[in-house]
Amino acid sequence: MLRNVVKRFGSLTAVDGLDLEVPAGIVLGLLGPNGAGKSTTMRMLTAQSRADSGEITILGYAMPRAAKRARALMGVVPQHDNLDEELTVGENLEVFTHLYRVPRSQRADAVERALRLAHLEDRRDTRADRLSGGMRRRLLIARGLVHRPRLVLLDEPTVGLDPQVRQELWGLITGLRDEGVTVLMSTHYIEEAERLSDEVALMAKGRVVARGVPGDLIAEHAGKTVEEFPAGPDGPAGMEDILRSGEIPTRRTGATLSVLRAEEIPDSLRDTLGRGDTRASNLEDVFVTLTGERVE
Amino acid sequence: MGTDRIGGTGGTGGTGGAGGTGGGTATAQAPPGRFEFAPVAGVLAREWALYRRSWRPTTFAAVAEPIIMLLAFGVGLGSLVGAIGGHDYIHFLGTGIVATSVLFTSMFPGLIDTYVRRVFQHTYDGMLAAPVDVRELVTAEAAWIAIKAGVYGCAPLLVAIGFGLPASPAMLLVPIIAFTTGFGFALTGIWMSASVPSIKTMDYIISGVITPLFLIAGTFFPIDTLPDWAQTVAKINPLYHCVELVRSTAFGLDPLADLGHFAALIAFIAVAWCLAVFQMRRKLID
Repeated sequence: MLRNVVKRFGSLTAVDGLDLEVPAGIVLGLLGPNGAGKSTTMRMLTAQSRADSGEITILGYAMPRAAKRARALMGVVPQHDNLDEELTVGENLEVFTHLYRVPRSQRADAVERALRLAHLEDRRDTRADRLSGGMRRRLLIARGLVHRPRLVLLDEPTVGLDPQVRQELWGLITGLRDEGVTVLMSTHYIEEAERLSDEVALMAKGRVVARGVPGDLIAEHAGKTVEEFPAGPDGPAGMEDILRSGEIPTRRTGATLSVLRAEEIPDSLRDTLGRGDTRASNLEDVFVTLTGERVE
Repeated sequence: MGTDRIGGTGGTGGTGGAGGTGGGTATAQAPPGRFEFAPVAGVLAREWALYRRSWRPTTFAAVAEPIIMLLAFGVGLGSLVGAIGGHDYIHFLGTGIVATSVLFTSMFPGLIDTYVRRVFQHTYDGMLAAPVDVRELVTAEAAWIAIKAGVYGCAPLLVAIGFGLPASPAMLLVPIIAFTTGFGFALTGIWMSASVPSIKTMDYIISGVITPLFLIAGTFFPIDTLPDWAQTVAKINPLYHCVELVRSTAFGLDPLADLGHFAALIAFIAVAWCLAVFQMRRKLID
């Protein structure tokens, strides 16, 4: 639980009065653009960054005072790959069984389980520097799970990976939730947040601007569908005025005007507007509506 | 709401979630903030795993260099110098080069390896996400370097014995002396690595600190041949105390003086540990 947490770097306020509570056993997606304060929040949760003010409690332990106790029950998958290149997959995991103090008699089983979980059994003896990007990412996740944590922090788990590898990792994360592990995942990928998260917290400028089940958030702020109109001779600005008069929310992306809650456009405006390209509303629409910023 | 408060009611720790191999069992028993040896052992386990992959080149560099130096200076220069204080120059030098070896095998890894791991490999970020704190991390890194210094530091002494230096039981203390000195210099290297703004600025440390350290320590010549000011500087140089202790084991113990030298090394460790932990914490914790 974070309560009114503030973190500043000089004149920059990275986290600005953040309140966040994570229910047990869910995947909570922390969605926001780069610079929203997601990674700083993740670092504060491991006490690798110290809040200037506010309270942080993890698994009942006050941070940063009882950070080691909390970290013993957490698994952390960092955004930056920090595997030991010269060590094999198995050795990388074994090292972390030591760091997480897995009892000696259980270390081999812990490594086996983590290998199975990440589908890396046949790579046990491969050096980390010979793994593909996706395998390295899976190994990082396995490393964070080697001690069976109650809470897993995933900091941008699929950033920079190709779509196929991303899909693989999504399966892995879904599996964690199915095992009852609480997951806090930061991401700036809309689809990732929508597909994996039981709940999403939208972050902008160091604060949570909205929080809820993705479907509920979308329904509340963006409706069911969005219609997109190219810039016409009158330009989107003219359309915006018309829609604003009917209290229909819009957002602009370059020369495209997206009309949110398109299903609520009254017939009286339809004749004037015509029909645009229709698509399902998503969290990006919610985010832009609430903050005026784009996520990606 | 059944919150986990980012993970539950906690407090009991230990069971470690679904099945509980118990990450946290040990930590849950220790009061928060206490220095623990389990994390130190964890970091050492990593070092051992890495060392098993790299021991050949590491050992070659650590052993060959002081031996080459000993042979070059001891045999070459020794024929000109003859004896110092009644001891063959190669024996005098062999005992001094133990200290030089300890300095190089501890200060350089402390300085360069820890910089690379911190800045380029983000290794320490990974470790500090586990139940390890900066004090334990720094202690473990320095201890591992010191263990190697304790072992490799004996090589020049063995060569000197090969050249006729009489072996004595007191020489069994040399690994302890080398470990202790290596621990202090490893910590100093770690402190400096966390203090430099970039890897390039390490040249200032190598040329401006390390070179004078081993030249003004009595390794190649007795410090009483130096001017008064340089003798004073030498006496606050921790390497000098290492040199004196190693020579005592080879040429005859002087318990009171040796205790003084050992106390100086312990004080050096205490200061270097505080500086290293302070500076690493500044760099690793925002």
